[in-house]
Amino acid sequence: MLLSDIKQILNATVLWGEDHLDREVMSACGSDFMSDVLAFVKNQALLLTGLVNPQVVRTADMVEMKCIVFVRGKVPGQDILDLAEERDIVVMTCPKRMYEACGLLYYNGLRGNCDGND
Amino acid sequence: METIRLVYPVEGGDLIEAGEASSKMKLTLKKLGLPQDVIRRASICMYEGEINMVIHADGGQAEVEVEMDQIVIRMIDSGPGIPDVEQAMQEGYSTAGSTARELGFGAGMGLPNMKRYSDEMTIDTEVGKGTTVTIKIKIPQ
Repeated sequence: MLLSDIKQILNATVLWGEDHLDREVMSACGSDFMSDVLAFVKNQALLLTGLVNPQVVRTADMVEMKCIVFVRGKVPGQDILDLAEERDIVVMTCPKRMYEACGLLYYNGLRGNCDGND
Repeated sequence: METIRLVYPVEGGDLIEAGEASSKMKLTLKKLGLPQDVIRRASICMYEGEINMVIHADGGQAEVEVEMDQIVIRMIDSGPGIPDVEQAMQEGYSTAGSTARELGFGAGMGLPNMKRYSDEMTIDTEVGKGTTVTIKIKIPQ
């Protein structure tokens, strides 16, 4: 699924990386807990989270994410956006809550692709 | 390939800035052309180690050796030490405070994650003196 599709499905606003919406992600994960992201994520290139701090970007970078979507309308500060730009990670915000955002993407074909329990 | 040695200071105190050393190492490993999976595992281990160091030990030092067939990462601190290593290794056990939790950490996954992604992990610790966590990650030939 292209990031441009994700933007449309979630009615999201792109905060950094408008020029990179042609990038494709094959699976996603949703979590507010970064240690779980580090523990269980494998090849998921999209992170949905309601947690807003620079460690979200660092965590996403460690596991090679291409895009972070902040749910529940959360808008990160410029420090977080600068960090995302430096790490080349697209950032969006969407008004939907986590459950609904994940559900919409799943319904439209973007799976979790997690080991064992997907 | 000769062994490459890298040393990164880990600043204590500021958990929001933690992770810079891991990012730098990750960039260096990429430049060395190591396999993506090896880079990813090494980066996650060091990142969790770095977070641990900032939460529990007011920083320390990360020493990385890139050898022909493995990466060795030593996370060295002069913090309070770990009284019960077996307990610290249990997923879900944590002594971290609320700041760590607010940032998405501190729920007892750090050391277990480091073990999960390493091929070998040893913990040398002494209460009141400090802790050295050594991680080895094999490089497939």
